[in-house]
Amino acid sequence: MKNDIILSGVGGQGILSIAAAIGLAAVENGLFLKQSEVHGMSQRGGDVQSHLRISDKPISSDLIPYGFADLIISVEPMESLRYLPWLSEKGWLVTNSNPFINIPDYPSAEEIIAEIKKITNHLIIDADNIAKQSGSARSGNMVILGAASPYIDMDYESLQNAVKKLFGKKGTEIVEANLRALQSGRDATPM
Amino acid sequence: MEKLLLLGDEAIAQAALDSGMSGMYAYPGTPSTEIMEYIQASSDARERGVHMMWSSNEKTAMEAALGMSYAGKRAMVAMKHVGLNVAADGFINSAMTGVNGGLIVVAADDPSMHSSQNEQDSRFYGKFAMVPVFEPSSQQEAYEMIFDAFHISEKYRIPVLFRITTRLAHSRASVQRKKALKEKPLSIPSDPMSFVLLPAIARRKYKTLLSSYETIKSDSKVSVYNQFTNGGNHEMGVITCGIAYNYLLENFNGKSPDIPVLKIAAYPFTKETIREITSLCRSVLILEEGAPFIEEYLRGILDDGLRIYGRLDGTVPRDGELNPAIVGKALGLPVSSVREVPSIVKMRPPSFCKGCGHGDMFDALNEAIRPFGPGHVFADIGCYTLAALPPYSAINSCVDMGASVTMSIGASDAGLFPSVAVIGDSTFTHSGMTGLLDAVVKKSAVTVIISDNSTTGMTGGQDSQATGRLAAICEGIGVETEHLRIIIPLKKNHDENVKVMKEEFEYKGVSVIIAQRECIQTASRRKRNEAANK
Ligand SMILES: Cc1ncc(C[n+]2csc(CCOP(=O)(O)OP(=O)(O)O)c2C)c(N)n1
Repeated sequence: MKNDIILSGVGGQGILSIAAAIGLAAVENGLFLKQSEVHGMSQRGGDVQSHLRISDKPISSDLIPYGFADLIISVEPMESLRYLPWLSEKGWLVTNSNPFINIPDYPSAEEIIAEIKKITNHLIIDADNIAKQSGSARSGNMVILGAASPYIDMDYESLQNAVKKLFGKKGTEIVEANLRALQSGRDATPM
Repeated sequence: MEKLLLLGDEAIAQAALDSGMSGMYAYPGTPSTEIMEYIQASSDARERGVHMMWSSNEKTAMEAALGMSYAGKRAMVAMKHVGLNVAADGFINSAMTGVNGGLIVVAADDPSMHSSQNEQDSRFYGKFAMVPVFEPSSQQEAYEMIFDAFHISEKYRIPVLFRITTRLAHSRASVQRKKALKEKPLSIPSDPMSFVLLPAIARRKYKTLLSSYETIKSDSKVSVYNQFTNGGNHEMGVITCGIAYNYLLENFNGKSPDIPVLKIAAYPFTKETIREITSLCRSVLILEEGAPFIEEYLRGILDDGLRIYGRLDGTVPRDGELNPAIVGKALGLPVSSVREVPSIVKMRPPSFCKGCGHGDMFDALNEAIRPFGPGHVFADIGCYTLAALPPYSAINSCVDMGASVTMSIGASDAGLFPSVAVIGDSTFTHSGMTGLLDAVVKKSAVTVIISDNSTTGMTGGQDSQATGRLAAICEGIGVETEHLRIIIPLKKNHDENVKVMKEEFEYKGVSVIIAQRECIQTASRRKRNEAANK
């Protein structure tokens, strides 16, 4: 088993929580893991990415080679396209549809959707709206993780456990909200 | 023992704690910052009373760590690569004094300059100072090496340089802990003169250093890290180090390579280490993250027909970090085509946060300076450097920490008027204060704007030594009270702030304007914490 996952978004959108959740689940499953993350300028509205590799065999490179990623999980639609060179031929692209516009030359929604649709295996969901409807407006990132979960080769239950662990310190209310968000994202995925 | 999921930085910190380290010293800098932050978050470190406060700069951190080593305890100091320039005097001379308690200097290099001004390779500093250098390629190796680095440091009474690069510092993997060692007791050096580098003593110590540098090469705790594995195909061998080793293995899909590989992870190495592989192979490819450090060394001594491929002949790009694809290409493996980034994807450079005081300060500065035309503003390193980009386009320099103040002095000496420096609070106490003293003594016609957000913002909001002390420091240095102005950079104060700046530009002496408003990120973190603790 091997999953190479690129996580992308804009600073402050919570991609590191997604990485942490998958990471905890991988550890629970006794898998090898390498996760490289970008630090430093990430709070200031720039693009951020993380390479996450999980496998049942030892992993060599901390970076995913081009064309190897099984999955791109993006919290922002334009950012999902920035990492296409990493996506394998059969790889899945799962992204939020809500743009984060903080640059003057941000492309139109139609242009972005058209490019995403060129990828055979893609899934675009309105994570912000789904999060709101599930009563966890601030957990859009967990909705995306839920939507991507069928493409991750680990039991859904282990992702749920990871979310419980990850948010455990913040109290049951926050844990419940994030679990709801995770589930509503998963329900949004055609299986 | 327990397994932990750790960043490379965190693995180093945990290993230092488990090795009985008594003091951690550092100034923040990407990608090294998380080493100190991990210690600060460790309850074990807190209970033991391990020193864990930030220093004003890398030089003060280096010297404090040396002081702890003098007193017989194990100490570590960490910095980003350019920090070692600042600490260089203390670092190089610490090789001369030698150490008492074990001393490790961690330098985190940033090839490809993800968040740095250059991509200097710290291994040169190790050779320059003649100290052993360790360069791990995985989190686990980093963890284990720290134990040996402390051991070597104490055995040879020499500081050890620990070199990592961005991708190891900021990559997480599982780490198996070892049994923790006890801290060392307080004990001053047996030779009371060994830290006194008077020329007569220094000459003697230099001979000791020269001979240690030779002996260390063959110490098993050093040489064990330089591993040769033979492979059947002797057409081309590979010498590699650090994270580049991982990219090599990646290209063999995790199987052991069918070509000879020498992995260098500890310096200095013996000639025999190199001869083993070079005598077998007709050519060698050298893969190293950073400068062609090993490559230049080999090209220098081996002029016997061996073909050397690397960064110097273009087989590997001369600059920038490596990745699996670059390594695959250098190995001569087929390059498969990959998807392209659609042209509609635009750059998303970092920008000021909503509600950042730097922005309002620059709005005022841009208006106040406009009548004088472009080219008057020397800036420094921090979040405020983002004002180099549109829509502000407000600054004309960013060189090294503290250079804003001193460059404005030199430009003013040359006749530039007005000559303005913009510097952050943490950068000011890092190395702006001494420049300000020069300006005061020379009565330079400069205006220094300290953009004080009461935190070290750029690196994630660490405490700033300057907080609450700036006005007193400036007064103490000798800035006249009438020309020490404090403004609040808010939109509603814009006109008033422009007026203050214009007035101070006109003054033909030293003015300091402190623009004071808490960082929006620090403020919201503080409020969250306060709410949580209620
Ligand atoms: C010698 C050196 N040490 C550390 C750094 C890393 N670094 C870049 S900016 C910065 C902090 C700046 O803090 P401050 O001056 O308060 O400005 P702010 O980012 O808060 O606006 C640091 C530590 C560096 N570039 N050079």
